[in-house]
Amino acid sequence: MSENAMGSTMVEEQFSLGERALALARDFAAHKKKAGGMPTAWLEKTMWSLGLEVHQQQFSHTLPFPDESRERYLVRGTNVYGILRAPRAASTEALVLSTGCAPGPHNNQAVGLLLALASYFRGQIYWAKDIIFLVNEHDLLGMEAWLEAYHDVNITAVRSSGPLGRAGAIQAAISLELSSDVVTSFDVAVEGLNGQLPNLDLLNLFNAFCQKNGLLCTIQGKLQRSDWDSLPAYARSLQTLLLMVLAQASGRPRGEHGLFLRYRIEAVTLRGINSFRQYKYDMSTVGKTLEGMFRKLNNLLERLHQSYFFYLLPSLSRFVSIGVYMPAFGFLILVLILRALDLWMKLNKTDPGGSDQLSDSDHGPSTTEAPRLLALVPPVLVCHAAGLALYYLPVLGQSVATQHFPVSEAEAVVLTLIAIYVAGMALPHSTHRVLGGPGSVAAARGWMVLKLLALLYLAAQLTALALLNFSLGFLLAVTMVPAAAATAPTGPRVLLALVLVLATPAVTLLLGIFLERELVEAPAAPGEGWQRFLGALGQGLLLHHLHGAFLCPLLALGTYPCWLLLWNVLFWD
Amino acid sequence: MLALAVPLLLLAAAGRGRAAAAGPGRDALREELLLSPLPAGDVAATFQFRTRWDADLPRGAVSHYRLFPKALGRLVAALGVRELHLALTQGFWRTQAWGQPPLQAPAGAELWVWFQPSVTDVDKAWKELSNILSGIFCASLNFIDATNTVTPTASFKPLGLANGTDHHLLRYAVLPREVVCTENLTPWKKLLPCGSKAGLAVLLKAERLFHSSYHSQAVHIRPICRDASCLAVSWELRQTLTVVFDTFSSGQGKKDWSLFKMFSRTLTDACPLASQSKVYVDISPKNKEKELLEVTPLPTSVYEAIVQGDKRSYAVYDLLSPSLFNTSRSLNVQFKWKRPEDSSEMPIPVLHAQRYVSGYGLQTGEISTLIYNTHPYRAFPVILLETVPWYLRLYVHTLTIITKGKENKPSYIHYQPAQDRRQPHLLEMLIQLPANSVTKISIQFERALLKWTEYPPDPNHGFYVGSSVLSALVPSIIAMKDMDVEESPLFTSLFPSSDGSSYFVRLYTEPLLVNLPTPDFSMPYNVICLTCTVVAVCYGSFYNLLTRTFHVEEPSRGGLAKWLANIIRKFRGVPPL
Repeated sequence: MSENAMGSTMVEEQFSLGERALALARDFAAHKKKAGGMPTAWLEKTMWSLGLEVHQQQFSHTLPFPDESRERYLVRGTNVYGILRAPRAASTEALVLSTGCAPGPHNNQAVGLLLALASYFRGQIYWAKDIIFLVNEHDLLGMEAWLEAYHDVNITAVRSSGPLGRAGAIQAAISLELSSDVVTSFDVAVEGLNGQLPNLDLLNLFNAFCQKNGLLCTIQGKLQRSDWDSLPAYARSLQTLLLMVLAQASGRPRGEHGLFLRYRIEAVTLRGINSFRQYKYDMSTVGKTLEGMFRKLNNLLERLHQSYFFYLLPSLSRFVSIGVYMPAFGFLILVLILRALDLWMKLNKTDPGGSDQLSDSDHGPSTTEAPRLLALVPPVLVCHAAGLALYYLPVLGQSVATQHFPVSEAEAVVLTLIAIYVAGMALPHSTHRVLGGPGSVAAARGWMVLKLLALLYLAAQLTALALLNFSLGFLLAVTMVPAAAATAPTGPRVLLALVLVLATPAVTLLLGIFLERELVEAPAAPGEGWQRFLGALGQGLLLHHLHGAFLCPLLALGTYPCWLLLWNVLFWD
Repeated sequence: MLALAVPLLLLAAAGRGRAAAAGPGRDALREELLLSPLPAGDVAATFQFRTRWDADLPRGAVSHYRLFPKALGRLVAALGVRELHLALTQGFWRTQAWGQPPLQAPAGAELWVWFQPSVTDVDKAWKELSNILSGIFCASLNFIDATNTVTPTASFKPLGLANGTDHHLLRYAVLPREVVCTENLTPWKKLLPCGSKAGLAVLLKAERLFHSSYHSQAVHIRPICRDASCLAVSWELRQTLTVVFDTFSSGQGKKDWSLFKMFSRTLTDACPLASQSKVYVDISPKNKEKELLEVTPLPTSVYEAIVQGDKRSYAVYDLLSPSLFNTSRSLNVQFKWKRPEDSSEMPIPVLHAQRYVSGYGLQTGEISTLIYNTHPYRAFPVILLETVPWYLRLYVHTLTIITKGKENKPSYIHYQPAQDRRQPHLLEMLIQLPANSVTKISIQFERALLKWTEYPPDPNHGFYVGSSVLSALVPSIIAMKDMDVEESPLFTSLFPSSDGSSYFVRLYTEPLLVNLPTPDFSMPYNVICLTCTVVAVCYGSFYNLLTRTFHVEEPSRGGLAKWLANIIRKFRGVPPL
């Protein structure tokens, strides 16, 4: 652990309200059933009687199209939260403990534990930061609404009511998911929206307390093997690492903590798992772990900043730092650059007169270069138009689609998406022949210029992406770079076309889904995989419209047109 | 000395029998303790020690000090201070839950001073004063400099006697980061005539005072009228201390309390030097229900007053009355709720405010202030004072004031822009608050990138922005009588109401913590800085050498001959050699 203020583990955790937590959870479940949703009044009353300052926030949000997996379209909900005011502190800093109120029996124990922790924390005198106990409705939507209202910004179209009670700058947040009275292990989710990661110290803190209290803790649902030096252990680490890369690349928050990261609040989700393992832990142990974490976070003098923000985790106690994985990515991009350089050299070599003229006089380029560059304009425009259509049409055209075809809105959106995607490949690719004249030297070499452009475009995109979301950049680079480097109108065209189709982002997504199912040891049949693929497309679009994830516009407006350019190169003649 | 004292004594005797209270000396001490249960269930204890001295301090004519602390007296005399208000606070008064405070102070240290018109260099006197106070109270007041000092034009008026209100004589500064602890309490206690040996001050045990939700200690010095005719000036020193005890966490959910429970001491006597020593307990009925609470032992009297637009009744224990200590040797005021409160509804104060930073990212942001007027039918104006450090660059054109969805134009704006590393932003506005409304004031800012030596050791903690100050004359719901200001307990005498229909309220909002973009102060960063410095030094000197033109200066020869020749040439009218 790099953070000095969280270094020692001198304190003894004294939380012993495990039974109280379960009683509160049962109460909560009963009231939830009675209210048929979030028991707002009961929560407010309970929090007030625990001595917290209670606030509630109502929000509503209309989705761009119905979410079929969660069955919601027009969402109304209420977030309830209590603030524990730290004595002798001026409410400048706060910590958040949050849990979602989900329909059904899910997550009741988390609310119970949250309330029990609040009751215990209220009696302690050592708090230096306010603690916010948040129970949010409608998982990510509620969290988004709360965070936006708390920071008084409006990024998405969520509407929320009323002014809120605030407690200053939030320093760290822990999101809790717990659905059983006892747990066998804890799974920690780190990946946030757009693949953002919390500071590694927060993860180390959790790991340290798990070890102190003897809790089993996993990441990506994988337990670290004790014999880490053996071959199966390496295989296990590789699996965990790959799962993390896939999860991060998807840009989907793996828990409710994921939305905090945008506001530079370090956050993780802790998920209690109750499996068939023999040894179980009760609520008191879980509570002690959380108490320890909060006391440590309470000691923080500065925001978590000491440790890494960019890392990959092959297991909970080991990490791959940015300094190690970035060179690998650099070499991948180098392929594109070298290939582009090669093309540049070739272009100059076959036309020495042209390049001389370029340097000698101003007349030269206008005669020889201009038609060549002009020939590039239509394919670039057409490809980007296809990208724009891919981005806008599915959501805009859903009503038209549902009128003319017997499909629901959500299906219409996804199917339109696929249709435009495929149609983009069949767009006119021979405009250069009309413009440049058949058989001219410029037209023959036009593909080289186009490929040069596409390669540089791809390299720039992937580099920028790797800095934002390494896993996504890496996955795209691994698939697209070989195909992009090999593409040429000469050579075995069918084979190249196959390679290029395999490298398209949509196919990467499909393959990624199959790989992910394989890694979690639940292999998917082709039919199931396809269903998951369709679901992922819909969820990806929703994630962009609801939370501002950049994966969807990036693929539609950047990577897909770039790939279409390469497709053009392939079918140049 | 004696010659001076005799006429003063005569003057004091002439004034409406105040001499009886003042005793044979020319100074008098009155100690008071107000215990008030707060709406949220906590208990606030406010001590006030008032030393009044019928002497003319600034003339420098006094050298003998009795009750008035010499350190402060000489300070006032030497630096030409007319009024001094210093508050050291740990915590934040939560107006929404605790109601209107008797006297609020912002988190951290606050100092505001009016100087005498005779002071020529106010800034120098201010600097000197803050440094001396820093030594007296063991606080980091020496960090007050031009970057956090402002001269408000409207928010702060002299509280004592004043001829003019030329605001150039006023200086105001807040240090929101100041941490207040026992080392500040001890010097404060030492200023009391009885120390903490006798009287109400025995309750001031640091261990208990800092085991509370809120701790605020203050010193106010001001000149006041010596008598009703106001022909001569007296000086008043008020030392106040407010603590809020959290009865919830200490009482396992029960909200009963007693002096012993709060301070782990009881009262045994009054300070022998005090001319008045009283304990007031606020027993005003809440929610129109009477008899909710019970106070033991029986108070010596019950005092009714209208404080801050609300009718209050106080149980009074006079420590100087001999009957109090007849039955038991010590006074332990106990307070019991007859039945537990079950409603979460609390009376909402007429004026309260909330401030926060909105937005995310490290480039821009927005400071928003919400001001609530919950008065059912009366609108009233409020003066808002914002002091923002220079490293938050305010965009004044983004200033928006919105009430009930409509723009609310302030009737007075005073804005003094910041100068980098020299002075902070000062924004003062007079805003009309309609009845039953929320007013949102927001202004955008850009976060400046500091020089690398300007960052504190903990740059990632964030930078504090001091509380903004709200001053308002809040219309009272109940008509107030014109009371005898001098006799009323505690703070009503500090902010007397101008007429019977409204009362003065000063509120402070939360301080803010803003993150600035910070460089990575780690090894690579240091390496870059070092390399850049080395390169700059090497390059600079080389460049200097390469571009400078050297020419040999001819040593002037034949000094004497030339001089003589020049004299001759001068006589001849020919230009010299």
